[in-house]
Amino acid sequence: MSVLPYVVAAWLVLVGLYGIVTSRNLLHLVVCLAVMQSSSYLLLLSIGYVKDAEPPIFADVPPTTPAVDPIVQALTLTDVVVGTTVTALLLALAVQTHKRYGTLDPEELRPKRPQA
Amino acid sequence: MLFLVAVCGTCVVLARDPLRQALMASLYGLVLGLLFFVFQAPDVALSQTVVGAVALPLMILLALARVRWEEERRK
Amino acid sequence: MNARLRLRVFAVAGTALFAALVWGFVGLPDFGSFDGAYGQLLNRLSVPDRASTDVVTTVNFDFREFDTLGEEFILFAAVVGVASLLRTLRGEHVATPDDDVPGRRVPETSLVVGVTGTLLVAPTVLIGIYVVLHGHQTPGGGFQGGVILATGLLLTYLTADYMTMRRVGPTALIEAAEGAGAAGFVLIAIGGLLFAGSFFENFLPIETAGQLISAGTIPLGNLAVGLAVTGGFAFMLSEFLQQTLIKRRREVR
Repeated sequence: MSVLPYVVAAWLVLVGLYGIVTSRNLLHLVVCLAVMQSSSYLLLLSIGYVKDAEPPIFADVPPTTPAVDPIVQALTLTDVVVGTTVTALLLALAVQTHKRYGTLDPEELRPKRPQA
Repeated sequence: MLFLVAVCGTCVVLARDPLRQALMASLYGLVLGLLFFVFQAPDVALSQTVVGAVALPLMILLALARVRWEEERRK
Repeated sequence: MNARLRLRVFAVAGTALFAALVWGFVGLPDFGSFDGAYGQLLNRLSVPDRASTDVVTTVNFDFREFDTLGEEFILFAAVVGVASLLRTLRGEHVATPDDDVPGRRVPETSLVVGVTGTLLVAPTVLIGIYVVLHGHQTPGGGFQGGVILATGLLLTYLTADYMTMRRVGPTALIEAAEGAGAAGFVLIAIGGLLFAGSFFENFLPIETAGQLISAGTIPLGNLAVGLAVTGGFAFMLSEFLQQTLIKRRREVR
């Protein structure tokens, strides 16, 4: 089962996208976007994984023990924190939209056609 | 472990009500952090667990609280 | 297009996307057999060259510090965005928080929550500071420790009420921390430029691995990012809390 993590990452992208397409609530939509983002973390980490290897911390093991790739971990680590900040920005946007238009339903928020 | 992540992700999307979704998102964050730990990535697991299980559901709940307050005012 | 049509289009597009993704992914190396040379090189070099035992933090703050600068500024920009989105709009005013209005019955925090929270605040802050400071030796660093510290502030809100949280972490202090952290990071970078010839060069003396003061500018970078992330998250949390507690819409006559 050597491609299972990648398939799960692709599945998460799809499930998140399905949630966005069929969402009736802006807050629900933002969380589905966060799920899609987490699939990218999973993908990055699965690429760097080395079988039977240690984490890349050498505080108590000599630096020549086989270790998992540290670069993808560095990318994912900052990505997690910053991604949540951007999700918070989107949530603030949803709150302000509700204040202005009174609804959180994307269907009702579509641009209105000009009255003929 | 991976199946658990896929199932949790699906449940987060299928929970339409934002309140239930916030709780599911917290569980999903925790499970994902655990998976990162299994992948021998302690730094990432640390930040994912703190962020996904605490910060994200909190902000969803606060946004929801404000939205509910607005709706109650309009009545 | 209405919802049903959209769902049908998505069914087609989604299947095509899934197929394309899986086809791309099976071309990747098998799970567990990564053999990128850069990563293995960094693993071997980090301890002798930079005296830092946590390679991931070293990658973030030394080998690829420029990318961390970009990430830091995404964080800063998002915090500024939240601040400007959730500002007091025309038609709103800032009222006293519900907790403070005299004569209003606020649900008391239950005893269990109060005791647990009080007991947990100090260890949380301590662990947060520990994680930030030891970023270059054990798993941790500025980003993780910063979020933990912001959680400590949140615990005071959960345990007591909003005014107590405001007393423990005044807005001016949080905003100053955010700005100081971001500016500090850039100053470290410029310090590298001034003292060692190229942007972000590690210019402080590198001691032996395993000591707390080692690895040059990495602990300083951790500190700066820790400050910035704490300030950022605490600020965002308090903005959202203000929305629910003190920003009220003016009565429309």
